[in-house]
Amino acid sequence: MIMSLTFIALGASAALGFVYEITKRPIELTKLNKKLEAIKAVVPSFDNNPDQEMFKLPTGEGDSLEVFPAKINNEIIGYAVRTSTQKGFSGYIGIMVGFSPDGTIINTNVLEQKETPGLGTKMTEPSFKDQFNGKNPDNFKLRVKKDGGEVDAITAATITSRAFCDALERAYNTLKKGGLI
Amino acid sequence: MSLAKQFTKGFFRENPILVLLIGMCPTLATTTSAINGLGMGIATTFVLTSSNVVISLLAKYIPDKVRIPSFIVVIASFVTIVDLVMQAYVPGLYETLGIFIPLIVVNCIVLARAEAFASKNKLLPSFLDGLGMGLGFTMALGILGTIREILGSGSVFGYKFIKGDGILVFILAPGAFIALGYLIAFINKVRKA
Amino acid sequence: MEYIIIIISAIFVNNIVLAQFLGVCPFLGVSNKVSTSFGMAGAVTFVMVLATMVTYLIYTYILVKLGIAFMQTITYILVIAALVQMVEIILKKISQPLYQALGIFLPLITTNCAVLGVTLLVIKKHYNLLEGVVYSAATAIGFGLALVILAGIREQLDLLNVPKGMKGAPISLITAGILALAFMGFSGIVR
Repeated sequence: MIMSLTFIALGASAALGFVYEITKRPIELTKLNKKLEAIKAVVPSFDNNPDQEMFKLPTGEGDSLEVFPAKINNEIIGYAVRTSTQKGFSGYIGIMVGFSPDGTIINTNVLEQKETPGLGTKMTEPSFKDQFNGKNPDNFKLRVKKDGGEVDAITAATITSRAFCDALERAYNTLKKGGLI
Repeated sequence: MSLAKQFTKGFFRENPILVLLIGMCPTLATTTSAINGLGMGIATTFVLTSSNVVISLLAKYIPDKVRIPSFIVVIASFVTIVDLVMQAYVPGLYETLGIFIPLIVVNCIVLARAEAFASKNKLLPSFLDGLGMGLGFTMALGILGTIREILGSGSVFGYKFIKGDGILVFILAPGAFIALGYLIAFINKVRKA
Repeated sequence: MEYIIIIISAIFVNNIVLAQFLGVCPFLGVSNKVSTSFGMAGAVTFVMVLATMVTYLIYTYILVKLGIAFMQTITYILVIAALVQMVEIILKKISQPLYQALGIFLPLITTNCAVLGVTLLVIKKHYNLLEGVVYSAATAIGFGLALVILAGIREQLDLLNVPKGMKGAPISLITAGILALAFMGFSGIVR
């Protein structure tokens, strides 16, 4: 009885170890590619490896954000910041946002969200998120119009829109505090 | 029972979801669209078929007392293999299905087939039984996924045919219960007629 | 405050059955009577909290230390299966009345995906041990709540004239759907 159990357990772990070794590299690669894709989507084309040059910048609220510098010939052309907020309708929202060195938002890319399908999820669509492109939070108030800002909120998803602004603002303030923009 | 019947019984007469009513959790959770439903179905079919094959080969050597734990180890190994392979090669689908991939382990269908069929039958019938049941499961998930996608997002396999939104509730949790309820009621009606 | 958010979120907003679809089989299977559903809820709470503690410790101090976190699924399911057996044996020895109340539900719990689901979610959500225990207890209460409510409704449904094809599973599923709709009203209270 114990023999056969041991035998099965040994066989199973051997098989798993084998598959794990085979899939280890591809899994790491897909994860890295996904990150690079997200960075590419929000900053202009670069010739360095932003992932290797990633550094953490404290937000001043007790945590820190990952900053990926994009460079051409060693000159900074933009920063991709992985920012997040807990204020979404269903909690956590993770966003990659690209800033040019003067603080203008280049593009945004929602990485993680579990908002209500059909309502909050519209934040991933160009009709909402593209309104931030080319705006500088310095003179563009990152608040929905209902709160006295300049952002057109998604119909029936004001909380999601507010959360989106909150995440962007956190990224902007962090970069500013770090003296990068 | 002929081999062909072993294979096809899972499609309709003993369809695990629509007739036997087991394996409800992944059915409800992963059928937000036809593609997701089919992806989950195929992953489960792989686990079901491979564990059926291995268990039919090993059953003779396993003492009765440790039967269930041994089956669980075999099933869990195949689930982990699926988990790793999907993570490596179809990361998008892996993310959508999320926690329901490891949860194939506790899908009652897999253990039920191992216990009730594979442990008592030879290799070929067990293989066909697993494949047939898996395809029946996949089919039910595909149908439910398609219905929910048409009603909920107004699209089929990602191709939108209406402007704007569908009846959103069908992609959300309540719609899953309601759509499956009506689907089973419909099948009941057809079976009795 | 943080714990209150975890509790409310796990019971109402992200109710394990009605929003996350874990543990639907026992949810439909043992919701015929209010009294049995209380028994099931008790047994699940007991096993879920215990399983969360044990799997958390094994994950952090054995699997991660050895770099074999990919063995998570297989370890967890074995731990849960063994735990359920142990609880059954111990209950039988020390408390007959409790064993009689929970005993018949225990074997069903091994294949209750809510238990495995919660232990996996605790790791996925990066909770610490205390948060994990609070979360699993609250989740179990949410499971019990949904189960007892559905059982109450089904007891009433038995007295009604339900169309023939709808009897049994279909009407229970549709009832659960309407229940889920009601629970959706809670979303947005935790922020």
